[in-house]
Amino acid sequence: MPMDAREIETMIRDALPDATVEIKDLAGDGDHYAAIVVSEQFRGKTRVQQHQMVYEALKGNMGGALHALALQTSAPS
Amino acid sequence: MSEVQSWIDNAVKNHDVVLFMKGTPSFPQCGFSGQVVQILDYIGVEYQGVNVLESDDLRQGIKDYSNWPTVPQLYVKGEFVGGCDIVREMFQAEELQSYMAEKGISAAS
Repeated sequence: MPMDAREIETMIRDALPDATVEIKDLAGDGDHYAAIVVSEQFRGKTRVQQHQMVYEALKGNMGGALHALALQTSAPS
Repeated sequence: MSEVQSWIDNAVKNHDVVLFMKGTPSFPQCGFSGQVVQILDYIGVEYQGVNVLESDDLRQGIKDYSNWPTVPQLYVKGEFVGGCDIVREMFQAEELQSYMAEKGISAAS
């Protein structure tokens, strides 16, 4: 079962409470999303580490239920 | 280290640039893999493509190797650079080209 945008957003916010999370449904099919996540916790981390933190927040759904989540992360500027 | 893990380790260490992907560089079978192929071709670096669809062990093995849940995965000089989003972001910021140069990977002119 694909996940809905609200569910993705909630999981990210649970792990990164300060984060600004913006989810876009890319294809309108509830299966291809883009997420922009901005969090102070990303500061000083590499992009790989930042993405890992989001993947951890999604607790194993990434690559499984969520096979298409384009991710963009940054610390607040 | 399991057989597949040491095979991956070998592939990553014996080639300067390795892309684990779905499909092959000439026939990518996933849009994300296809994007990374286009970027690498555009900046003109030579790379080794590894098709994870050829083996379930490999497909799972690469995820375990990097602790990264998705494919494609790009490695340069043994170092995991990232997946499609990171490669695209670096490319758009022109960081990918300078990263390759720093690592001593020359682009074909």
